[in-house]
Amino acid sequence: MNSIRYEKDPHKIVHLVLDRPQGSANLMDEQFGRDLQQAVQQLQADSDKTGVILRSAKKTFFAGGDLDTLVTITPATAPQLFAGAEATKAAMRQLETLGVPVVAAIAGAALGGGWELALCCHHRIAVDDSNIQLGLPEVTLGLLPGGGGTVRMNRLLGFQAAMPYLAEGRQFKPRQGLENGLLHELAGDSDELLAKAAAWIEANPDAAQPWDQQGYKIPGGTPKQPAFAQMLPIVPAILKHKTKGVMPAPEAILSASIEGLQVDFDTATRIESRYFAELASGQVAKNMIGTFWYQLNEIKAGAGRPEGFEQRTVGKVGILGAGMMGAGIAYACAIRGIPVVLKDISVDNADKGKDYSAGLLDKRVARGRMTAEKREQVLGLIHTTDSAADLGGCDLIIEAVFEDRALKAGVTAEAEAQLADSAVFASNTSTLPITGLAAASARPQNFIGLHFFSPVDKMPLVEIICGEKTAPATLARAYDFVQQIAKTPIVVNDSRGFFTSRVFGTFTREGIAMLGEGVAAASIENAAFLAGFPVGPLAVCDEVSLSLSARVRDQTIKDLAAQGESYQPHPADAVIDRLLQQDRAGKAAGKGFYDYPGDSKKSLWPGLQQQFYKADAQLPLQDIKDRLLFIQALESVRCLDEKVLTSVRDANVGSIFGIGYPAWTGGVLQFINQCGVREFVSRAQQLAEHYGERFAPPASLLAIAENGGRYSDT
Amino acid sequence: MTTDAFIYDAIRTPRGRGKASGALHEVKPITLLSDLLKTLQQRNSLDTEAVDDIVMGCVSAVGDQGADIAKIAAMTAGWGDDVGGVTLNRFCASGLEAVNQAAARVRSGWEQLLVAGGVESMSRVPMGSDGGAMAMDPETSLDTGFMPQGIGADLIATLEGYCREDVDTFAMHSHRKAAAAWDRGAYRGWVIPVQDRNGITVLDTDELVRPDASLETLGGLKPSFAAIGEMGFDGVAREKYHWVEKIHHVHSPGNSSGIVDGAAALLIGNETIAKAFDLTPRARFIAAAVVGSDPTIMLTGPAPAARKALKIAGLKAEDIDLYEVNEAFASVVMRFQRELQVPDEKVNVNGGSIAMGHPLGATGAMILAAALNELEARGQRRAMATLCVGGGMGIATIIERL
Repeated sequence: MNSIRYEKDPHKIVHLVLDRPQGSANLMDEQFGRDLQQAVQQLQADSDKTGVILRSAKKTFFAGGDLDTLVTITPATAPQLFAGAEATKAAMRQLETLGVPVVAAIAGAALGGGWELALCCHHRIAVDDSNIQLGLPEVTLGLLPGGGGTVRMNRLLGFQAAMPYLAEGRQFKPRQGLENGLLHELAGDSDELLAKAAAWIEANPDAAQPWDQQGYKIPGGTPKQPAFAQMLPIVPAILKHKTKGVMPAPEAILSASIEGLQVDFDTATRIESRYFAELASGQVAKNMIGTFWYQLNEIKAGAGRPEGFEQRTVGKVGILGAGMMGAGIAYACAIRGIPVVLKDISVDNADKGKDYSAGLLDKRVARGRMTAEKREQVLGLIHTTDSAADLGGCDLIIEAVFEDRALKAGVTAEAEAQLADSAVFASNTSTLPITGLAAASARPQNFIGLHFFSPVDKMPLVEIICGEKTAPATLARAYDFVQQIAKTPIVVNDSRGFFTSRVFGTFTREGIAMLGEGVAAASIENAAFLAGFPVGPLAVCDEVSLSLSARVRDQTIKDLAAQGESYQPHPADAVIDRLLQQDRAGKAAGKGFYDYPGDSKKSLWPGLQQQFYKADAQLPLQDIKDRLLFIQALESVRCLDEKVLTSVRDANVGSIFGIGYPAWTGGVLQFINQCGVREFVSRAQQLAEHYGERFAPPASLLAIAENGGRYSDT
Repeated sequence: MTTDAFIYDAIRTPRGRGKASGALHEVKPITLLSDLLKTLQQRNSLDTEAVDDIVMGCVSAVGDQGADIAKIAAMTAGWGDDVGGVTLNRFCASGLEAVNQAAARVRSGWEQLLVAGGVESMSRVPMGSDGGAMAMDPETSLDTGFMPQGIGADLIATLEGYCREDVDTFAMHSHRKAAAAWDRGAYRGWVIPVQDRNGITVLDTDELVRPDASLETLGGLKPSFAAIGEMGFDGVAREKYHWVEKIHHVHSPGNSSGIVDGAAALLIGNETIAKAFDLTPRARFIAAAVVGSDPTIMLTGPAPAARKALKIAGLKAEDIDLYEVNEAFASVVMRFQRELQVPDEKVNVNGGSIAMGHPLGATGAMILAAALNELEARGQRRAMATLCVGGGMGIATIIERL
């Protein structure tokens, strides 16, 4: 054994010390599977023992599955994965049926396979530390807990209580685990942890898992019982509303759970392993592991941050403009402990912006997720003002005023006058090129774009935009700041709409263009839903407002004219103009593509049917879905060509976290990979033939297809 | 050279409200069926040993209805030991499927005399008691897009543009037609009262019919499927019917078929056996057909099944004098009429399942029996019985009065 140490203490308790020699964390890899089997054999042969404690010599308890291996699984190697999973699980089953008490002593994170290992212990004790994360995040990577997680969680908690942990990957801290019946005890520190483990072993020589005890009833019962059976038919429908039919993992988890509850433990285990092998060998898991594990970790590790600059934190932030974005950014900073100066044209306006934070904090307090004292403390970090002088001492200014060049130039000069030479000035513009805005700055090398997404408190992404003159040091500081407020940075170069707004615009315009062609509005919105988008293009255009879309377009036309270029009209333009002519500017106006009756849900405006619908213009559902998916992937390729994007990871992560590109795809460029680059190209050519030249694959893409390449940073 | 199959008799029980408060709840399903077999034997002076088999539709064949209730009913009815019995399940079409299979077996020439029909005590064995992968196995349900029939009925109404008042109007007419038919004796003679062991009548009429049904009373009932639709089922059909923005929930308990208890039995045989027992053939089977249809909306099978049967028979829709279209939900029949261009005066002339109830396994046999009796009453020639079927199927049978 090399990843498990077998140690016996004076009380004849065997400690299985998890200590993988290579790497900083324990992993459920092949070596571990073999070691666990060997450890269990040794335990079975050892008649002089009173119990077993599982503990880790690492900072964490156990990190989970071996993704490096899982990501290589193909349908051809799925049988090996199945066999390996079964062998490891057989050892886990032997451990929980050894005949002596087995205790998990958890002093650090136990996620995925780690939590599954804890589940096969009779007693679970964790150090009461709110930094310890526990749970089964497999589903977030397109997998299911294949180490007995679906079997034991369902048997322990019952189906309904187990589902959020299994199908949503809900994680929990030790205290919550104790409250929810997932842990049995908490300990103050590692010493107490081991003492409690030993004491429990001494007091419970006949320990057995609940599901191995005579007469054990699973909470909520099994599908064979009428009350359970009665609610069962609607469960898939509810789940599919969330998965939209494009996420195989939650669906497999549901199936394995229900099937597993109807059979004995060992059969349930096999059913779970078969679903696990199928998911692991499937494309969606590859997409999600690639983007949400590897690429996101690269971003966290600073892949987009220039090297050679010391890591720094921001001590004080000034925010110009206390509107929706400014107020949201102020909250995002204060909640992470950064003092904020929130400036608007009047203190009254600034106070309104601060009220936004108060509202969010009140919700947290009401839900018991924050103390009243902490609320005061966070709110106290936001200083409201109408005076630029209060900006003195800020390391970073974030400008979030209206999208008006003159206004932005004015506040830039006013703020800079108060700042040290080293301070960074960031604009939260979502549309205006940074290089142009930086012209108003005395220190364009310190000027950068920080594009937050709305609502700021929920959206995890910040798009960092470098202008022509932005210094690498400024980028490094901006990157550090985004991470300081626990958001995910992507780094792009200047362009109209940068990366996210530019690509997102192709999505809304494509949807609107189809409406203009006469496609049923509901078909467009439903196709977007079924492709995995959170909101349909018509609904989201209403949210943004049609008048803003028109203004951005008109500004683009003007800017292009100034550069001596002409605007390429888009078929969506006429549709937007036609709605605006009828005073249908969007949700804020109370009417857009949808009607918004105050007392009931929004519904598509019947006028769309009368003014745009053509019976003979209906498209196959797949074409509608593909147009929405492909147009954004193609625009991203163009961003890569123009060096607006400089990495595949930023494209993938940014598209999912920022603009709702479906998670199952792994992001805009991974979508091309997962289609097969050649297949993508030929489908794009088909779409170009039917729906317009905008679908024609760019030369760089044709070249990749030709060379058999794929989009990758390595 | 095929042998013709004829109907010699067709009887049913009254339909009792399918709840504990219903008149037939106290009567075991075995008793419902067994007593009906006894009546059939007596009415036709049958030598039961001549009966080749008993084929009975029964949807939830578990509990009181489990273990091949057709054969067991033959035993308790005192029929000869050499009579077989089998139950089958084609969901709501089971009763008609039993009849069609019996007719086909006679037409095959292998068998001469069969009893076919169905039984369902929904008060005792509730719908869904038999589980099944369609609704209960998540993998199957996700794969096939399962949603309850009521959502499908509401989707049909949405697609066809039927509003609440339209379907309520249909329901009101079903009650009025049923009440009028009972009044004039259309059900006399072939709806056999259920009696207890002392000969005391337990139920002699269909319990659910409301002669006073009005748009006001019907309109006051809450939609049955809005809540479960909202919970998640409304989204299931999104892929197949993506042009529909939202489903309008117009069906209520008032314009959907009632849950009831009841049984039916038909005596089906060839000409030779008729002569041997001095039976009078009343109608000939001309065609029978089943089809599959979209399982998600589930209830659009009647029209394609009817077209298939008409094609087999070499007939057109207008050649049929009377239609019995099972009133699973108002929208199902309304859509059928629109698709086959069938006028109101030919459809469910004596009311349907909205007024009298839909005892799942028996209904198909009941409505064919109703069609036969009404053909005779009117002196008309051809009738069709058709039903929408769970899982996305349709069934249709055409008979010709002799």
